[in-house]
Amino acid sequence: MEERSNSPAARLYRSMYLIRRVEEEIIRLYPTDKIKSPVHLSIGQEAVSAAVCDHLEKDDVLFGTYRGHALYLAKGGDVPRMMAELYGKVDGCARGKAGSMHLVDPSVNMMGTSAVVATGISNAVGAALALKMQKSRAIVVCFFGEGATDEGAWHESMNFASLKKLPILFVCENNFFAIYSHVKDRLAGPGLQARSKAYGIPAELIEDHEPMKLHERAGAAIAAVRRGEGPRFLECMTYRWRDHVGPGEDRIHKYRPDEELNAKIEGDNLKIVGDLLPADQRKSIEAAEEKRVADAIAFAEASTFPADQEVYDHVFAG
Amino acid sequence: MSSRADNRTLTYGEAVFEATRSEMARDSRVFVMGQGVDDARGMFGTTLGLHKEFGPERSFDVPLAEDAMTGVGIGAALMGMRPIQVHQRMDFVLLCMNQIVNMASKMSYMFAGAHKVPLVIRAIIGRSWGQGAQHSQAFHSYFMHIPGLRVVAPTTPHDAKGCLIQAIRDDNPVIMIEHRMLHNVKGVVPPESYEIPYGKARVLSPGKDITIVGISHMALECVRAKHLLEDAGIDAEVIDPVSLSPLDISTIAASVERTGRLLVVDTGWLSCGASSEILSETFERIGERRHFVAKRLGYLPTPCPTTKILENLYYPSPQSIAQATYRLVRGENATAWQPGKVDSAEVAEFRGPF
Repeated sequence: MEERSNSPAARLYRSMYLIRRVEEEIIRLYPTDKIKSPVHLSIGQEAVSAAVCDHLEKDDVLFGTYRGHALYLAKGGDVPRMMAELYGKVDGCARGKAGSMHLVDPSVNMMGTSAVVATGISNAVGAALALKMQKSRAIVVCFFGEGATDEGAWHESMNFASLKKLPILFVCENNFFAIYSHVKDRLAGPGLQARSKAYGIPAELIEDHEPMKLHERAGAAIAAVRRGEGPRFLECMTYRWRDHVGPGEDRIHKYRPDEELNAKIEGDNLKIVGDLLPADQRKSIEAAEEKRVADAIAFAEASTFPADQEVYDHVFAG
Repeated sequence: MSSRADNRTLTYGEAVFEATRSEMARDSRVFVMGQGVDDARGMFGTTLGLHKEFGPERSFDVPLAEDAMTGVGIGAALMGMRPIQVHQRMDFVLLCMNQIVNMASKMSYMFAGAHKVPLVIRAIIGRSWGQGAQHSQAFHSYFMHIPGLRVVAPTTPHDAKGCLIQAIRDDNPVIMIEHRMLHNVKGVVPPESYEIPYGKARVLSPGKDITIVGISHMALECVRAKHLLEDAGIDAEVIDPVSLSPLDISTIAASVERTGRLLVVDTGWLSCGASSEILSETFERIGERRHFVAKRLGYLPTPCPTTKILENLYYPSPQSIAQATYRLVRGENATAWQPGKVDSAEVAEFRGPF
């Protein structure tokens, strides 16, 4: 089992299956109102986080967004502490101060995620500057949606990262929609790869439903960054199956054709990767991850809420 | 320490430079970033030549991208570095607000101590010789509003050095407010390193008739007003808060409890300002047991006019501070009194351009 799970497909399947199942459990639990926090689900987008993070080491530093469950889990973030955080419990990764939108796990260099679009990008660039100053071998990977590229902060950050030749991979998860606004109503010109190249940053677009190619190209980009060749940019086409926020579907809002969503669900990346594995290996991975998910929920249920005086804790460090 | 060292005088700008340089020498994690920090002017001398002494990685120019550059500083701080960011004019710090308010000030809390942001932002308030509406604004009250952020506004060269050293060594984000009119003011500055603690106001000059609280450059103007008031037989106590957040309301309230009168003179507008905060906190502290009269002075409720003749009306002056103090002490019906003349040399002699 150990040996076979070393194949990229097996590693990807394990990671993607965990993300899918954690989020399906969130959907199942949501009506109980135990998760008193907005959730931005990654179902449909798991492949991007899983494929990129498979190439990262523990010391590599990851910045992401409020749609961060997939990233946190793919980087190896603690699952029980994530679940407890969603429950607002004291054993959560931020003792209930963060909720779903600000997951953090410093033990694997999963930096806390931000809910203000594009705001973490320059922080990621600053972390890369620090790594360069510290002559570290580690790199930074910065995830954001295509909506973040509307913001001036993205442009300023791309320019500075290129100017200083920093060790950072920018990963744009292009799921077409900023809430319900389509990218074609927001983006002028020849697209994000061209914009990236204009800043002197080599860029590549990877279509959806090609998870193993995504894995391979992410590996190549990360290797280049690690060699000290400066920033790289990946535009990963993907698709969010659920509503922008909350556990439900959003077909009622009619902002995207049902057929488009149906085709994406039909072409499920999790199934594509799973089909690459022998059935017994797949089942073995699934059983192990099911247990992790169940244990995490049990952990969250058993944990307590923070004491009143914790409201004042951590306003300042030290 | 020799007595000569005891009496060594530096300008405020030199004190800021000395604090920065000594901390960079002490701690290799400290670096300076900002537009023009490594140019021939060296941010009014406060960063002059640091790039030569410590290398261009530790004192460098940045693109005109205040939003992302603040984020870059925060990101570097998250990874254990100790950046100092410098803004020649505080007006441009408005472009940094998202990063300061949504990120730097919240990370410790939001992530329950998993992150800390040891970042110093030096913001310089401009004045005089035609700075106009967009090169003269003072936004310290905006930052005082935000939990998780420390705000210091030292007036003396001594406190400028100690506040900056304290800020650099702090694990939290700190905004240090400098007034451009203070950069050339001289004062005694000990050569060794020392820290000025947060939340400790300084009584610049004791007195018994009224408590005058002056913020940043206005503290200097208040001391001048105090001397004018000696003519009228009024003995004013002048207090410099030094640290605006946290605020040392104990020292101010104890003074007001003695004098029964409070005048707050801000380097800024009055509405929702630092003066409002000082007055209301003082009232909450002693209002039940001590009746006192109070007034606030600050910038006129207009944008700053460029032409000198109007600009003179815009700022409180030693004369207007003395006049307001006189009315507060003697009452509205007192005999009219005209304060003498005094020069605020740092304002009169300033020729900028910045």
